Amino acid sequence: MSDVTEAEMLPGGGRANARFRAVLNAVVPEGVALDDDEWREAQAIIGRALTTRSLTVRRQIALFMLMLDAMSAVRNRRRFTALPAADAAQLLEALSKSKLLLLRRGVWGVRTLAFMGYYARARAAQAIGYHASAAGWAVRRKVGNR
Amino acid sequence: MIERDYDVVIVGSGAGGGTVAQELGKLVRAGRRVVLLEQGPRLYDDEFTGRELDMSDALYEDAGGFLTADGTMTLAFGRVYGGSTVVYTGTSLVAPRRVIERWNVPGLDHGDLEQRSRRYMAENNVHYLPDEELNENNRLFALGCERLGYRAEQFPLNVRGCRGSSLCNLGCPNAAKMGTNRVQLPAAERLGVDIVTRAEALRVEDRAVVVRVRTRGAGEKGAASEWAPGLYRVRAGIVVCAGGAIGTSALLLRSGLAPVVPRLGERFTCHPAHILVAEHANPVTNDVGHPKSFYLDRAEAEGFVLETCMYFPFVTAKNLTGFGAPHSAFMRAFPRLQMILVLACDRATTENRVTVDGAGRPAVHYRFTNAVITALVRATRTSARIFFAAGADRVHAPTAEPTTLVRPQMDEIDALINEGNFQSGRISISAAHLMGGCSMGRSARDSVTDGWGRVHGVPWLRVADSSLFPDALEINPYVTVMALADRTAQAVQADAGELLGGRVVLTTA
Repeated sequence: MSDVTEAEMLPGGGRANARFRAVLNAVVPEGVALDDDEWREAQAIIGRALTTRSLTVRRQIALFMLMLDAMSAVRNRRRFTALPAADAAQLLEALSKSKLLLLRRGVWGVRTLAFMGYYARARAAQAIGYHASAAGWAVRRKVGNR
Repeated sequence: MIERDYDVVIVGSGAGGGTVAQELGKLVRAGRRVVLLEQGPRLYDDEFTGRELDMSDALYEDAGGFLTADGTMTLAFGRVYGGSTVVYTGTSLVAPRRVIERWNVPGLDHGDLEQRSRRYMAENNVHYLPDEELNENNRLFALGCERLGYRAEQFPLNVRGCRGSSLCNLGCPNAAKMGTNRVQLPAAERLGVDIVTRAEALRVEDRAVVVRVRTRGAGEKGAASEWAPGLYRVRAGIVVCAGGAIGTSALLLRSGLAPVVPRLGERFTCHPAHILVAEHANPVTNDVGHPKSFYLDRAEAEGFVLETCMYFPFVTAKNLTGFGAPHSAFMRAFPRLQMILVLACDRATTENRVTVDGAGRPAVHYRFTNAVITALVRATRTSARIFFAAGADRVHAPTAEPTTLVRPQMDEIDALINEGNFQSGRISISAAHLMGGCSMGRSARDSVTDGWGRVHGVPWLRVADSSLFPDALEINPYVTVMALADRTAQAVQADAGELLGGRVVLTTA
């Protein structure tokens, strides 16, 4: 795995960035509507999560992303990053049901990062109607129990 | 290496370590020196922001993403002043008699555990929330159970001044949860116990602990350590390990104890859990109010327990199975979601255990037995019925294919939700009740400690945490951890004269 460079492990530049974005758009359909600032925020969240993981985990994720490109080339004759979101989702769905635990784990890992990048943003929480706050009932009862 | 001398050193500040520290305050009054080492930081009250990633990073090991060795289950445990008591929901139950009898640990009887448990429940202000503080997410669970003829029970909780932030698992932003960080640790410090945070126990040596004290990183929450950064050898006549099922097992394995106690690391259990959600037509108050008010105990009859719950956007997204449009539809329905946590009551096996890798890091090996898979499936079927009985229109069931069930499918639940759809690595499974690894028992042939937390063959080494459990508890474990830690502390006090030399006169703390 020594051929996997740091740039390919983290979103932030080049093909790694494009792969993470393609995964995010496939697993969260609303992801395609992220503007540049929102994507940069998601990217920063994913990047930060990866930097706190062990080098082994980062390499496994990066390697799985490379495999996605390869499998996409075989199955769809296009790079994963060039697939329409629906096709990318189909490929991920097929891999998530693979008999090989390694592939199922790979999908689980990248989808988790994508969910983190998308849903851990304050704007995404607001958009889905999540409003928990330290004030708890005090605030909610003022606005009609919701 | 810097040398420090104490009479007792405690490793870990959660339910076990906090309890022992407070109890051993009596030794401090008798002139002994006691220190507690905690790997995580001590947070300031205003640092509990309730923000999901912010708090996960600050409070949990691996930011809440610690995975089993094969990557198929997430294990959540705290790494902060107060340990996992900072991040639990405060549900406070006494261990079931049947479980303690099945454990069959010499000298450990249910009556003794219950009496100690109730003492700590009183100390932690355990009580039932009044009806007006129960939100609709919880009420719907009780309603669904009632309509099906099940008896949902209300959780007693250890809160004082709960404002209903719903953010318990991110550390209460209102300091309302009575974890050890709010009760036992401050009491221990008042009695003169030294507490050192950011202090990672690397290994146990003969009557000593080698510990690395870390500096406070840039942007990290919490106070700097009480000691200067560096490597220390803390010598003490008695060493009490309370780093939790994974932390204590790994520490003792790193320290070369396996030849002395060959069962070290074995009998790991964790109540593997799914988060299930269901969508209602109308809004459900769910992100305000205590998240966990009711449970349905089917442990004895069917091997599972259901609990109400409510999680945060990322954790919810991660724990639903699948992705894409169906997943997104549930997430967009967040204000109309009802949630249930299903827990399987797993059984200890020699195969499921804690080991350490070449670098001494813990690795948890866990295989889902057929019994666990069956329990999760049964629990999911029962939950689906409860959801529909409560009025839900759509239910997310990880062990159904497809994973979304709609109301007209109510009569097909048994056929649609089944073991054949269980695929580890695809279905999200997590656990927060981490137990075993240093189990109590008769001798080193079958266990690691006796019923008072004494490590077999190593009289100065004690254990006081959930690693002591010889098998799953089948309920939320923190009160039982405190009761067992209280026994460990009692044994330490009883043995102090012999192990520390000189006469120890205890006074009431």
